Amino acid sequence: MLGAPWKSAFMSESRFLPNFESIAPFSRLSDSGILDSGESPMSDEAVLEALRYMMLTRVFDDKATSMQRQGRFGTFSSVRGQEASVVGAATALDPVKDWIVPQYREFPALIRHGYPIENFALYFMGNPKGGTIPPNVNMLPMQISLAAQIPQATGLAWGLKMQGGDGVAITFFGDGASSEGDFHESLNLAGIVKAPVIFFLQNNGWAISTPRENQTAARSFAERAIGYGVEGVIVDGNDLLAVHEVTARAVAKARAGNGPTLIESVTYRTGAHNTADDPSRYVDQQELEKWQQKDPVERVKNYLRSRGIWNENLELELLDSCAAQIDAAMEIARNTPLATSEALFDHVYAEPPQRMLDQKHDWAIRNGGDR
Amino acid sequence: MSEKTMIEAIRECLGQEMEADNRVVVIGEDVGVLGGVFRATDGLQARFGKDRVVDMPLAEGVIVGSGIGLAMSGLRPVIELQFLGFGHQAFHQIGQQVARLRYRSQGRHALPLVIRSPFGGGVRTPELHSDAFEAFYTHTPGLKVVAPATAYDAKGLLAAAMESDDPVLYLEPLKGYRLTKDEVPDERYTVPLGKLRIARAGVDVTLIAWSAAVNVAERAAEELSEQGISVEVLDLRSLNPLDIDGISESVSKTGRVAIVHEAPLTGGLGGELVATIQQECFYSLEAPIIRISAPDTPYPLGGVEDLYIPDVDRVISEVSALAKASA
Repeated sequence: MLGAPWKSAFMSESRFLPNFESIAPFSRLSDSGILDSGESPMSDEAVLEALRYMMLTRVFDDKATSMQRQGRFGTFSSVRGQEASVVGAATALDPVKDWIVPQYREFPALIRHGYPIENFALYFMGNPKGGTIPPNVNMLPMQISLAAQIPQATGLAWGLKMQGGDGVAITFFGDGASSEGDFHESLNLAGIVKAPVIFFLQNNGWAISTPRENQTAARSFAERAIGYGVEGVIVDGNDLLAVHEVTARAVAKARAGNGPTLIESVTYRTGAHNTADDPSRYVDQQELEKWQQKDPVERVKNYLRSRGIWNENLELELLDSCAAQIDAAMEIARNTPLATSEALFDHVYAEPPQRMLDQKHDWAIRNGGDR
Repeated sequence: MSEKTMIEAIRECLGQEMEADNRVVVIGEDVGVLGGVFRATDGLQARFGKDRVVDMPLAEGVIVGSGIGLAMSGLRPVIELQFLGFGHQAFHQIGQQVARLRYRSQGRHALPLVIRSPFGGGVRTPELHSDAFEAFYTHTPGLKVVAPATAYDAKGLLAAAMESDDPVLYLEPLKGYRLTKDEVPDERYTVPLGKLRIARAGVDVTLIAWSAAVNVAERAAEELSEQGISVEVLDLRSLNPLDIDGISESVSKTGRVAIVHEAPLTGGLGGELVATIQQECFYSLEAPIIRISAPDTPYPLGGVEDLYIPDVDRVISEVSALAKASA
């Protein structure tokens, strides 16, 4: 694997770089859902719960996409293809003490952590109320300025540790965001202060239309961790059990005070970047089909079938319950009035400048006598 | 009460706040053993330990970005950006993240964060250290910006900034760190955010300044008084929010206004002041408002910075002409 120029120009492979022969992602389930010979890292109940989050995500994504086409939902990014990656990571967290510092493609992780589905929907409908994070939910707002969340997660984890807690922070981002300075500065700091943070990099192959090859010449994203004295690991992102296991290990390590981990979850965005995107302009159809064969949801179902605890009835039951949950949340979102002009001004400051308060008053009058 | 320089006042304030509240942590480049390149944090690491006064890797983006995270975890971080000239390396974190976290989370996350940073010229720094970039930050809703000119205000405004649940950019005049000594109370006190100070009372012209330019304005006012021109010098102290009432009160009395700032003219905070004053005090004005600023050019190398920054002679000549001008 290692190029000859490295060998001749520098030192021996073993001294300078890790063994790249072992670069194949960590996995537990075969593409057809058969577990390897080891013990499962998740109980059957836990897998069923995880599968429900994955199916809930599919239902939400389908619903939101169709509403977007009807003009009833804003531009949004579905999780399609990455459900195992997000859910496998999320189920390794303790919502009571661990924090999620998200990007925007982590619907099931946020819902499991306690962020209401209707808020998620409202956010993408453009209603500021959607940004509301309930008081007991340990998450930062979704991040649109990619990679900006990574230093924040680092500081948050570091601060939890400084105050003697054993909570950890996980931050989600993609292969594209890892080209930003914030990613590199954060891994560097996290290594120095041993912050209990998990850098969860979803390598889904694409940054909108820019392929992974245009982001880095490095053979993997995980190996970048080495340069910062941080442990890096590659996992099959379409393998729920493997993602869960790797993340759980990273969480346990962080909790024990042994610092950060960079997890590269190798997956594939089988949907569009967002509802405004047209992937047919750049995605190779054969490659897409290859990844569709590795569907993460089907893989979990097959695994459960092999365990003898999955059947068509159960699937229909689960789908119905997911649909009911999503419909109920969408109903709340639809019935939530679009904010008044006050929403432009509320929560900008703890102690607002008088000029801004005057503007709030003027805006209210101009917009039809809002309160 | 004793005489202190501004840097001593800042250091004393940091020490007192850290003593009173163990959630306060100081992070920045060279703030530990060295005590900061200007010694604002001198001795703090020895007193409070390496966990509370942290030498950060040289990366402004993650210094500010991790500061947000520290605040989210329940701490009250004070970040030292070594020079505001390097604040651009963290501008994305300050402008879009620090300033908006409360709003983006609909009030869930307060951000009690203070970013201290020296700025402005006059001390022959190497290139790219000395720009007066305050207008970038006053144009950033969600952020408060203060810029003390005296040691007394430096201590009181820093205490107020650290007490605030809003993020505050606290700008320190490079040239003012050791320029003068003030009587500064030894005990803790606050100076309210958003209130100007009348640095010198007068009746003919209102001369508005902040940070290092206040000293220039005061010296010019002293000489102008010998020409029979009575100048009221306003030290804004707070750049966002602006003390519009305080400004209006003075302008209603004098009818003539000059604004002096170190930043280039176009897009500078002076323009905002002109617009505000003409709106609030149009019928009191007896002459066009003037701005005495740097030219619209990049900050030069130190050898020629005296040609760039408005100096006492320039302020005297322009204010003297203003005093005689009519609308």
